[in-house]
Amino acid sequence: MDEEPLVRWDWIARNWSTGRVGSISSLLVDHIVMSGLPIVLGLLAALPIGLACVRWRRLYQPTAGVMNVIYALPSLPVFMFLLPLTGLTKATVIIPLTFYAVAVLIPAVVDGMTAIPDHVRQSAVAMGFNPLRRLLQVDLVLAMPVVLAGLRVVAVSSISLVSVGALIGQGGLGNLFTDAFKRDFPTPAVVGIALIVALALVADGALVFLQRMLTPWARVRRSA
Amino acid sequence: MNWLIEFFSDPANWSGSSGIPVRLLEHLEFTLAALLPAALIAIPLGLLIGHTGRGALIVVVSANLARALPTLGLLVLIVLLLGTATVLPVLIPLVVLAIPPILVNTYEGIRGVDHDLRDAAYGMGLRGPQVLVRVLVPVALPLILLGLRLAAIQVVATATVASYVSLGGLGRYIIDGLATKDYPSVVGGSVLVGGFALAMQGLFALADRLLVSPGVSRRVRTAKIR
Repeated sequence: MDEEPLVRWDWIARNWSTGRVGSISSLLVDHIVMSGLPIVLGLLAALPIGLACVRWRRLYQPTAGVMNVIYALPSLPVFMFLLPLTGLTKATVIIPLTFYAVAVLIPAVVDGMTAIPDHVRQSAVAMGFNPLRRLLQVDLVLAMPVVLAGLRVVAVSSISLVSVGALIGQGGLGNLFTDAFKRDFPTPAVVGIALIVALALVADGALVFLQRMLTPWARVRRSA
Repeated sequence: MNWLIEFFSDPANWSGSSGIPVRLLEHLEFTLAALLPAALIAIPLGLLIGHTGRGALIVVVSANLARALPTLGLLVLIVLLLGTATVLPVLIPLVVLAIPPILVNTYEGIRGVDHDLRDAAYGMGLRGPQVLVRVLVPVALPLILLGLRLAAIQVVATATVASYVSLGGLGRYIIDGLATKDYPSVVGGSVLVGGFALAMQGLFALADRLLVSPGVSRRVRTAKIR
């Protein structure tokens, strides 16, 4: 009874769902929202920017440069720059994560689009597809696997990065880490790590599943 | 803006053990102390796996796991378990998180080398290790450097967060500033960390220019064979 165990299971049971702010289940919901929004918003922003970079190639070099710089900035100082504007709110964490997502997804969109063989595009034109229909039914569909690969990276890293927000009190499950540190009590840290890794694996698995569903031709080729 | 001027013009911030020069040096020390061991482990391993093709699964799994692991949680847990008597416990997660990006990119770089090129090297009578050192490494160098750059980004960010669990370095200004509501310190520290990260980026861009063979980076167009 003298040694503190790595995990106190009764603590987890007592704090899982207390109905109050800070219970594990409410942190889990916060975490899903705070990591999910940047993934969705990042994709919505990266698609038009990426497509513009494909259409006007000279845009790509400067855009990629800016994105490289954004990606290199550590999250904590970026949260701090936003603090005077957004205060201690979820937005302070969601906005930078969205920018990181865009930085990863733009190259994915551009690579996916430029990898489409020219004869496929020409066939689509020859079959009478107008530019919009060609984009939606041919180009974007074929670029999907590369974009989804980028999205997997974004999803997993967003889910783990949200926890840094705990240093300004907005970290979803990351709040368990600061809690553990303040009380010199390892259980919350273990629970937080386990749930975040599990969440990342679930998100990654869901995207792999989505990719398989959306690219039936790849499955046919593999089994043939 | 006023906060920035206040922070940088305060002479107390320029001297002593919590002065900017000392903190900057600490940050550089931690970054190198994490990056060097990580590179010494990951580059040879990546070369080996890429060259022999064995153990590729380790690379993929480690890359995914490293991305999913929350750095702050790892730091807190290891400090709670091992204490902060020395810097070593804090350095462990920094090294562990720096390995996967280097490993993955080294592996991908070697694996992605054109097979014709590899065959030509063997055809000219080079042996396995010679092919690796003289042909594969120079051609894969841009990706190896990319891996090191991504690892450096990761380490600089994690070292900043590690100030929360008592590590020195530039993150101290942010963490201590937050604790005492000293916003000039928070913003000043943030600018320093951002500048440090961008300087690292610049250094790697320079290394890319100097080390990568002009033929590989396509800075020089090779003559067309007719």
